[in-house]
Amino acid sequence: MTMSDQQATTRPTGEELPDMTDRLDTPTANRVSASRHDLPTGPDNRIVVESLNIYYSEFLAVKDVNMVIEPRSVTALIGPSGCGKSTFIRSLNRMHEVITGAHVKGAVFVDGENLYGPGVDPVAVRRKVGMVFQRPNPFPTMSIADNVLAGKRLNSKRFGKGEADALVEQSLRGANLWDEVKDRLDKPGSGLSGGQQQRLCIARAIAVEPEILLMDEPCSALDPISTLAIEQLMNELKSTYTIVIVTHNMQQAARVSQRTAFFTIDGTGQPGYVVEMDDTDVMFSNPKQQSTIDYVTGRFG
Amino acid sequence: MTITDTPPDARPSPPPTEQTSKLGDRIFGGLSLGAGILILVTLAAVALFLITEAWPTFGADASEFSGNKSFLSYVGPLLFGTIWAAFLALLIALPMAVAVALFISHYAPKRLAVTCGYFIDLLAAIPSVVFGIWGIAVLAPILSRSVFPWLEDNLGFLPFFAGPASTSGRTMMTAAVVLAVMILPIITAISREVFLQTPRLHEEASLALGATKWEMIRQAVIPYGRSGVISGAMLGLGRALGETMAVAIILSPADVFSFNTISNQNPNTIASNIALKFPESSGLEVNRLIATGLVLFAITFFVNALARKVSSAGFSGAAG
Amino acid sequence: MTLTEQRPAPSEQQSSITAGRLGRPRHIAVVAGAVVLGAVTWLPAGSVNWARWIVVTLVAYCVGIYVASRVVEGRRQALDRLMLAVVTSCFLIVVFPLVSLVWTVVERGSNRFDTTFFTETMRGVVGEGGGAYHAIIGTLIVTGLATLMSVPFGLFTAIYLAEYGHGTKLAKAIQSMVDVMTGIPSIVAGLFAYALFELFFGAGTRSGMAGAVALTVLMTPVVVRAAEEMLRLVPDELREAAYALGVPKWKVIVKIVLPTAIAGLITGVVLAIARVIGETAPLLVTVGLAQGVNWNPFDGRMTTLPVFTYYQYVQPGLPPEAGQDRSWAAALTLVLIVMVLFSIARILSTALKPKGLK
Repeated sequence: MTMSDQQATTRPTGEELPDMTDRLDTPTANRVSASRHDLPTGPDNRIVVESLNIYYSEFLAVKDVNMVIEPRSVTALIGPSGCGKSTFIRSLNRMHEVITGAHVKGAVFVDGENLYGPGVDPVAVRRKVGMVFQRPNPFPTMSIADNVLAGKRLNSKRFGKGEADALVEQSLRGANLWDEVKDRLDKPGSGLSGGQQQRLCIARAIAVEPEILLMDEPCSALDPISTLAIEQLMNELKSTYTIVIVTHNMQQAARVSQRTAFFTIDGTGQPGYVVEMDDTDVMFSNPKQQSTIDYVTGRFG
Repeated sequence: MTITDTPPDARPSPPPTEQTSKLGDRIFGGLSLGAGILILVTLAAVALFLITEAWPTFGADASEFSGNKSFLSYVGPLLFGTIWAAFLALLIALPMAVAVALFISHYAPKRLAVTCGYFIDLLAAIPSVVFGIWGIAVLAPILSRSVFPWLEDNLGFLPFFAGPASTSGRTMMTAAVVLAVMILPIITAISREVFLQTPRLHEEASLALGATKWEMIRQAVIPYGRSGVISGAMLGLGRALGETMAVAIILSPADVFSFNTISNQNPNTIASNIALKFPESSGLEVNRLIATGLVLFAITFFVNALARKVSSAGFSGAAG
Repeated sequence: MTLTEQRPAPSEQQSSITAGRLGRPRHIAVVAGAVVLGAVTWLPAGSVNWARWIVVTLVAYCVGIYVASRVVEGRRQALDRLMLAVVTSCFLIVVFPLVSLVWTVVERGSNRFDTTFFTETMRGVVGEGGGAYHAIIGTLIVTGLATLMSVPFGLFTAIYLAEYGHGTKLAKAIQSMVDVMTGIPSIVAGLFAYALFELFFGAGTRSGMAGAVALTVLMTPVVVRAAEEMLRLVPDELREAAYALGVPKWKVIVKIVLPTAIAGLITGVVLAIARVIGETAPLLVTVGLAQGVNWNPFDGRMTTLPVFTYYQYVQPGLPPEAGQDRSWAAALTLVLIVMVLFSIARILSTALKPKGLK
């Protein structure tokens, strides 16, 4: 869904947008829930974030996030640089903890289980919640097939060659990379182009069969053709996985996501926070908060 | 700083400043080039002089030496002892060095890691003679009291521990342990460097797949650092091969080929043998000792060349 | 609708992210158990056997933590904990001999760390008394001569490699040869110096100068390596600015490049000195041993500190303790010198560093 025409041609002033002042006072939580219809019951990959505050030692980096991320959809996190989007997405698979002193207050529920509950093993969390990084990082000393199997080898006991080959093909097909590399599965992963490497990383991530896939600016290091390929891939993957993507590119967010959350920051040294979250088409055509309007219309950021 | 002004029309003779600067350049450049060439000359001289001094040995008859031994049967046990001692030292030192390097780079808290790094660099510089007297005064008694009897009783069926266990502790095992302690800092320093250079990106890729810390190290850190560790190990091996004083002080030498590490009958190393015999030697004996030195030079040259090859070839794989 | 109502009940069929955790109390129990087990190995004998206690405790801890974790947490976590235990144990094991070394040197060396030791020689001394004055003088002379020879030698070679011979075949050959030189065993360097002096002065010559030559062969590659690296760190922009002003090349090097790199150069020299000051083997074969002070490096044997350490230990005379005490005191002196040199290098490299350079 693209931005509406009025914004593509002219930069609307405050007066041209529909009157939104009456909606400014409604709390975010209610707005979020009001836009969904029946909530599916039973096991699903819904993420519920409750009053999440993320700290680096004493410094509060992200404050008071409350959001629901719907299963089998793509949710985009947008906002200016340094406002905590990456920190937040990393807290969804507890990757921010690799920095010493990082901790959180609040909770993140996946299928009703709090990722930060007592007795939770971060390693187990990361098996459930996969991640693709900004720069493609296939293991340089491993072949393409070994890269795909890397995560699986950690998690499972021995599996036979037949099973391994099947998994490699299935994951590479799932990442739309199979046809391009099926003849050189034993070559090193570093010999591929940037876009292919990124799809390899996606294949590696989905090989462990996570429920949720986090993507931290996955296309920012890629050319437009590769970016398009990844975006098409995201569209296919969302029928199986819950995808959360951080992106600097608003057009990309508008293209791929169903829901969008807008993060911002008041100044350096201040914590980042969520301003608004809504269906993507609403966020880009009819956002409710002034700072959201300013951002999506390009007034800042 | 002089500013030489060169007017567009040529002068009949260059101004004095140009001349002195040309002369200065010639002298200075000449000195530098000369120094560089002197390096090549020095190395050639080392090889040449050693060969010249060693030459009489090869032509001489066995009867001209004390002990009536041909050169080959003289240097044989020494060569064996050199390689055996160095091999044992590397066997002990390498796993410990890698473990300590991993500890410093990935497990220890920052402060401890920095202190340890500094301490290890310092230890690499402690003179070998100090290691030698520590070995014989402190380590040898401990080993001969606690370790050798146990080894002989429980593992005596192995040729390495066949005994009879030495009571003085002046054995190959003690020497190997001291050598290991001496080469540990080198291997640790190089390994630590290489482990610290593992790209953050690959470590995070591993963790994001749900790897535990050890699994991440096995998946991302060790494959990346492998060639660096090997090259460090070879450098350590080179040092162990050439080590003189520690072995000379500790080992109780005998003219044997023996794998027994806890007895009083130990093969000596080339370097230690030279140190022990040279001060009192004369005539053909000196030539023979220098000939063994030549053999040592050849071995260490080979090992170091291998180390350089591994370290330059290895990084192309990791960097890809 | 509030958030809490949106949270569905935890699903049963998906894998749980909560595994058992070992927990602090159980961990402490494992540690305590290991320590007790270690103690049991020597308790019946009555006297403390530290080595056995420590070794058994470490092994028992590694095994214990693996088993405990495997039962409570699972295979992968158990392996992770085991590797942490193993790596830490290796570290502790390595610390022991190194600490023992330093402790022994300090403890035994302080027995004779007195003025007599530093002011008297071994001339006429049998048994108690005597000192290392002659050895210290010898070390200063031999190392000083070696430094005087190797610093210009190494520095000019480095200047050639960094400034004049960039990328040429000759430079590559020189660099390879410098690498080979770093690998020469010290005794071989000594044999070379001996052979060299024998050619000119006859067999059996011993002199301080021969020792200095041997040390030069060992020091120069260290100086070349360090100096070359320092010179390369000086940014090209500085050189180009000077050339643009018409300064001749040699003046650029002397007045701009060298002063900029001076901190690293001095540090490199100090570290090279630290490396050779404890060398024994080459001095054994070239300089030998003397009982009194020999001020002449060109004639006759001279005692140096490391050689003194060696001979006092292996040929202590009667009573042996006297000789050994002197040996330890000399060893302590050597270690202190090396530590001081390292500290100087550290201080210099931070103090003299020009602002704005890496």
